[in-house]
Amino acid sequence: MIATESLSKRFPRVTALDRLSLDIGPGVTGLVGSNGAGKSTLIKILLGLSPATEGRAAVLGLDVATSGAAIRERVGYMPEHDCLPPDVSATEFVVHMARMSGLPPTAARERTADTLRHVGLYEERYRPIGGYSTGMKQRVKLAQALVHDPQLVLLDEPTNGLDPVGRDEMLGLIRRVHTDFGISVLVTSHLLGELERTCDHVVVIDGGTLLRSSSTSDFTQTTATLAVEVTDSDTHPDGTDALRQVLTRAGVEFIGQDGLDTQGLPGAGHILLVEAVGEETYDIVRDSVAGLGLGLVRMEQRRHHIAEVFRTEGAPEATGPVEQHAVQQSAVQQKGSGRDEH
Amino acid sequence: MSTETGTVAGSDTSRIHNIGYRSYDGPRLGRGYARRSLYSQSLRGAFGLGRSAKSKVLPMLLFGVMCMIAAIIVAVAIANPAATALPIKYTAFAIYLQAVIGLFLAAQAPQSVSRDLRFKSVPLYFSRPIERVDYVVAKLAAMASALLILTGTPLLILYVGALLGKFDFADQTKGFGQGLVSVALLSVLFSALGLVMAALTPRRGFGVAAVIAVLTITYGAVSTVQAIAWQTGSEGAVEWLGLFSPITLIGGVQSAFLGANSAFPGGAVPGTGAGLVYLIVVLALVAGSYAVLMRRYRRVGL
Repeated sequence: MIATESLSKRFPRVTALDRLSLDIGPGVTGLVGSNGAGKSTLIKILLGLSPATEGRAAVLGLDVATSGAAIRERVGYMPEHDCLPPDVSATEFVVHMARMSGLPPTAARERTADTLRHVGLYEERYRPIGGYSTGMKQRVKLAQALVHDPQLVLLDEPTNGLDPVGRDEMLGLIRRVHTDFGISVLVTSHLLGELERTCDHVVVIDGGTLLRSSSTSDFTQTTATLAVEVTDSDTHPDGTDALRQVLTRAGVEFIGQDGLDTQGLPGAGHILLVEAVGEETYDIVRDSVAGLGLGLVRMEQRRHHIAEVFRTEGAPEATGPVEQHAVQQSAVQQKGSGRDEH
Repeated sequence: MSTETGTVAGSDTSRIHNIGYRSYDGPRLGRGYARRSLYSQSLRGAFGLGRSAKSKVLPMLLFGVMCMIAAIIVAVAIANPAATALPIKYTAFAIYLQAVIGLFLAAQAPQSVSRDLRFKSVPLYFSRPIERVDYVVAKLAAMASALLILTGTPLLILYVGALLGKFDFADQTKGFGQGLVSVALLSVLFSALGLVMAALTPRRGFGVAAVIAVLTITYGAVSTVQAIAWQTGSEGAVEWLGLFSPITLIGGVQSAFLGANSAFPGGAVPGTGAGLVYLIVVLALVAGSYAVLMRRYRRVGL
């Protein structure tokens, strides 16, 4: 689908891409990197809108330097930022965009109706976009990228600004774009956690260079981390400590320094990070908390941070900015996943 | 029994509803078609067609005013049995009604380009087969066509009225032709300037103000200075001062080449040499506006 060969893009003061070589096949591929890692620059080059300083890139077997228009006819693009005029309806807007992609008027209308239905917009599609929620706007943006039935869509941060439920719905939709519609997807994010659920393959870039490219199963093979937070009670003034002692006796392994989450998240110092070996770990934690008579504030699966991936690569010093970002973002995300598991 | 049929019907509709994804194998008409679509969408949009009822009010009102005034002129001319020609020249119509044309441009140019810029829809266009030049040319052509419809239709009404009034055919046809050339030039110049103003001011309100300011302030300034120059006896300066506002530029070109009466103080008519300068300035302004628009869109593309 996408192949780049020592692709570089240099601006007068920054190097956005530095000899990046990628080979991305069909399916859902995640492109992870912090802000400024070169994701948007790569997308621009892949759409043939910005010439590479050196190296080559091909999309759908077409060279980006010479066949930009042909590529853009077969590829869909969903930008990261808001791009919808508020005073027209979703239908009118998507029909117009379909015609801009070269679809004849009748086909444009039919495809628009189909696509909007597939992304989950029904009666509201006749109302002006200005009145839509963020989630609905993201769906319209996705619809305009899919309306001409491309072979590949490039989605730039499609979950930006969505609440946890909206994120899950959007990720489900992205998965369906490949499984049901047969369209390959390249989706960017600075959250490895959400991509590993959706993608077949994840590419991590930072500072314009490739950090890691592997199938998602490699990332998730390691055992899951369980974050546990409990209340204090009169009999156990430090509930966290009491629980740790009980769990240690039960033979449960902790992660990090005494199992305390010290990464600066809300409630840090009161959250135990437990290594979940299997289903039984959940039972042990539950029984232990109940046995101590404490209240269980949360017990949730903690997604792996991009930082952890890098640590196994043995290059933690190169990952400062990425790590920061991943940590902040996963805080938001875990609230969502926590809700399911209570 | 009735419940059963109900269930059957229900499952039928749900099956129809859930037809799954259909891929598209039909034609993809490419860049030229996309450019034409953008042109027709922008042209229709300039008159509020395909937009909300509210946005049709102003352009249609202004269009109505233009046509009505033309109709009144025709009515007056025909009602007067002694008349052998229309009371005004074809070329004078647009000059008299420049305020209406200016309002139309001020309202519609920002509508045409500022929306895409302000709501950042431009990257969606450039991620499709069309390119920067297609976008700029389509928008320019659409705005110029809209102005040509606005200014040309009243001329057509005048012409048809003149023929109905059995005025001299050759004379009227020649005047009509000159009028059309003049308003075509005016449409291209005004739309180029209007789109530049609008594209440089993404907030729609500022765009409207900027277009009106450029048209009226320059015209006010030029005619004041011209009047002063004429009063103080420097008639030679009058014809050159006209170069500094869009409407006097058109006025200068048409009085030099298209047989129009000069609207300059004292009826000063630029000679052929000065007329050529006027024409060159008009063309240079159009070309410059095009270059500015291209630059503007290079910066916002994705």
